[in-house]
Amino acid sequence: MENRDPLFEVSREIVGADFQSAGDISGEVKKILLQAGFPPPFIRRIVIAAYEAEMNVVIHAFKGIFTTVIYPDKVHIVIDDEGPGIPDLELAFQEGYSTAPPHVRELGFGAGYGLSNMRKCSDTLKIDSHVGEGTRVTMDFLVKSQRDGAEVEK
Amino acid sequence: MTLKEIQDLLEAELLVGGNDDLKVKPSSACGSDLLSDVLAFTKERALLLTGLTNPQVIRTAEMSDLIGIVFVRGKRPDSATLDLAGVKKIPILATRLPMYEACGRLYRGGIKGCSEVK
Ligand SMILES: Nc1ncnc2c1ncn2[C@@H]1O[C@H](COP(=O)(O)OP(=O)(O)OP(=O)(O)O)[C@@H](O)[C@H]1O
Ligand SMILES: [Mg+2]
Repeated sequence: MENRDPLFEVSREIVGADFQSAGDISGEVKKILLQAGFPPPFIRRIVIAAYEAEMNVVIHAFKGIFTTVIYPDKVHIVIDDEGPGIPDLELAFQEGYSTAPPHVRELGFGAGYGLSNMRKCSDTLKIDSHVGEGTRVTMDFLVKSQRDGAEVEK
Repeated sequence: MTLKEIQDLLEAELLVGGNDDLKVKPSSACGSDLLSDVLAFTKERALLLTGLTNPQVIRTAEMSDLIGIVFVRGKRPDSATLDLAGVKKIPILATRLPMYEACGRLYRGGIKGCSEVK
């Protein structure tokens, strides 16, 4: 299982504060996963987590690289950004905690749910962050996961 | 209830979409102005009622597999938002009703909330 070759790999650049194209990458990931034929509930939780992570870079960081690796039995996503980093991860994960500025809240973001939602949607979530340098978010999504409920066998 | 029936109930205008889109039936509905709430709590094939009209609302609908969006209290999206909805094939309705009344009419009409469906 560990040594299976990826079916597909794609890397894209995220531009901070660009609210026009924000979401393009997650939308492209959705398209690719649909073409690959994965079950819709599986695709949905990946794409929601991907979009939350993509938006966090657009909102909170300067720029980033979004890499998606698709295996037959799992999807691996890494979002590596240059930005302020997260000083207190436990606090950042608290639902309702957000440092989003007013102009971002006006767009509907800044509820402070993104990180906890990413945790709920993924099978594993790892965050490495260095203050003043940046943040790396790594997520894995297993096709045969408890999280897709009745869809597990598909 | 179909989108067509929803359009009538809300006295809404169809801004994006065609007659085929109006035959679609949502699984449930959600009223929110917080996109992370929508991403965290809606179910697939839900209908979103919102006062937000920026393009990220369309993205949120795309990622969450929503079947349509109703803009409430007479809010008009800009052309960037409407264009994106067209590209992503997400039907858009606009009603003059405020959020509470729009949600109330749909709930009374039998559309379930997102916490009430699996
Ligand atoms: N990539 C990042 N770089 C720097 N800080 C981040 C990053 N991602 C998250 N944070 C910090 O963690 C906080 C919580 O993030 P989370 O995604 O849960 O909420 P939010 O982005 O503020 O709002 P929401 O996601 O609900 O729109 C953010 O407000 C920010 O302070
Ligand atoms: Mg966020």
